[in-house]
Amino acid sequence: MSETVTDIAPAASRLRLRLNPVAGLGAAIVLTGIVLAVFGQALSPYDAGAIVDVDVFGPISRAYPLGTDYLGRDMLSRILLGARYTVGIAALSTALACTAGIGLGLFAAVVGGWTDSVLSRLLDALTSIPSKMLALVLIAGLGSSLPILILTMAFIYVPGCYRITRALAVNIAAEDFVLAARARGEGRGYIMLREVMPNMVGPLATDFGLRFVFVVLLLSSLSFLGLGVQPPYADWGSLVRENIAGLSYGAPAVVMPAVAIAILTIGVNLLVDNLPGRARAGGH
Amino acid sequence: MSRRMVKLIAGRVLVAAATLLFVSAVVFGATQLLPGDVAQAILGQSATPEAVAGLRHALGLDVPALQRFVSWLGGLLTGDAGISLVSRQPVGDLIWARLSSSLILAGIVAAISVPLALTLGITAAVWRGSLYDRAVGVVTISAVSIPEFLVATLAVLIFAVHLQWLPALSFMPRSATPLQFLRAVAMPVMSLSFVVITQMVRMTRAAVIEALKSPYVEMAALKGASPARVVLRHVLPNTVGAIANAVALSLSYLLGGVIIVETIFNYPGIAKLMVDSVSMRDMPVVQACAIVFCAVYLLLVTTADIVAILSNPRLRHS
Repeated sequence: MSETVTDIAPAASRLRLRLNPVAGLGAAIVLTGIVLAVFGQALSPYDAGAIVDVDVFGPISRAYPLGTDYLGRDMLSRILLGARYTVGIAALSTALACTAGIGLGLFAAVVGGWTDSVLSRLLDALTSIPSKMLALVLIAGLGSSLPILILTMAFIYVPGCYRITRALAVNIAAEDFVLAARARGEGRGYIMLREVMPNMVGPLATDFGLRFVFVVLLLSSLSFLGLGVQPPYADWGSLVRENIAGLSYGAPAVVMPAVAIAILTIGVNLLVDNLPGRARAGGH
Repeated sequence: MSRRMVKLIAGRVLVAAATLLFVSAVVFGATQLLPGDVAQAILGQSATPEAVAGLRHALGLDVPALQRFVSWLGGLLTGDAGISLVSRQPVGDLIWARLSSSLILAGIVAAISVPLALTLGITAAVWRGSLYDRAVGVVTISAVSIPEFLVATLAVLIFAVHLQWLPALSFMPRSATPLQFLRAVAMPVMSLSFVVITQMVRMTRAAVIEALKSPYVEMAALKGASPARVVLRHVLPNTVGAIANAVALSLSYLLGGVIIVETIFNYPGIAKLMVDSVSMRDMPVVQACAIVFCAVYLLLVTTADIVAILSNPRLRHS
């Protein structure tokens, strides 16, 4: 944790990111993922819901580059449509989790005292429930409509983000310029957002990437178990689930969505792991 | 053992117990207090309000929440976890039957992955920067971000579809011969070990590298100790705590991993029971399974903490 705080660089130098080749590859994958999530439907060769072939679990062919699924739908179009749900839901959940986690973490660090202790204890105790288990329990209680799914996953990853933000912010809040701001009589909100926050953008961006990976994996797992995204919507995890019967024929329809998930998460990891001045912090 | 050690250990155990209490409150709250009426769910949309009220009373759902929580907790402590809403069997019986097969699976995975991962992690740290280290690094960072079900489906494709060595589903008759048993658990074990090993290698490597940077290692090397002696006599005894932590955290990934792997291979373990119960909203079973999982997690983490305390020579003499 200490190494992350020592590189408080001026914001300008951080904007000129010099990516090494591995990070470049990661960035390209992430960018492709975003483009597919936004424009996937426009790019897909067939209607993702249309049955285009009588051959179910078809092999890779010129007409169907990733084969056909259990109903004879084009797998490439299904995956392109699924990108929207996997990337979109995960990005939204991660953004919510990080907003809440960063807000609470900054607040705890700046206010300190017993507010800090109580918040830290409570959120730490939450992390002693394995994330998949907490998701299952919440889904059992709440059901799994899309908004609830997004909120559930956001809730699960708030403690991790809180812990990292707080650890970074506590150190920054002890710096002289924060002391000077306090002496000037600036409010808490000003100190949190204008003094402390700008000095931890780098590590927090890294954390966002890692947390996004966790959310993608959790979302895919839940959908794979039939407890995440529900039909007629389908993310990549649901695509694996609906085609699992094709596994014993070695159908590409089962493997390809799983490979898509792996490429996305590896891409984010490569990017995050090779950022200059990276700060990789552990967590669930 | 010094008194300080005993005090520290007692403190860890107390914290674990308090956390488990908190966790059970969260689990109970999430499954019982949130909207979504169990009685309504059982009877369906067309049930009359009287029928729903009657079932609520029969299930004891009309009692205040705190009272229900206390009696549920008391039941858990005395081994009575309630009755399954779906199969009408005692939850305890359901769980015991499944827990043993999950523990066997987890035991085999631990027995294979811990020695393998520690060897890989320590050697990678000792030869850090070498081609071997970088290969291990690339493989593990890629593997960490691969979902378990990709690993499991690839295992099925390779070993069941192409090589046809193993059955695609874990079918285990009640009186399985050792060979049948091995064939049934082989692929679940492989998939789980893969996930656990990658985590453990990364954390072990980091812990050992941290110790290798320390002044006493430099001192030992300057005195002319052989590399093997430096690692075995100086580095490892000082990293026991960190490595125990790495092992415990990685094994806790098993808890998430078994959920997927048991479902894919249709392995009759406790995770499969929990997933099935969640989709049927069988709350007593969901709650009990969640508590079992969290208790195992806390047991792992607390054991690692205690090992770290016991292995710390500075705490041995007060």
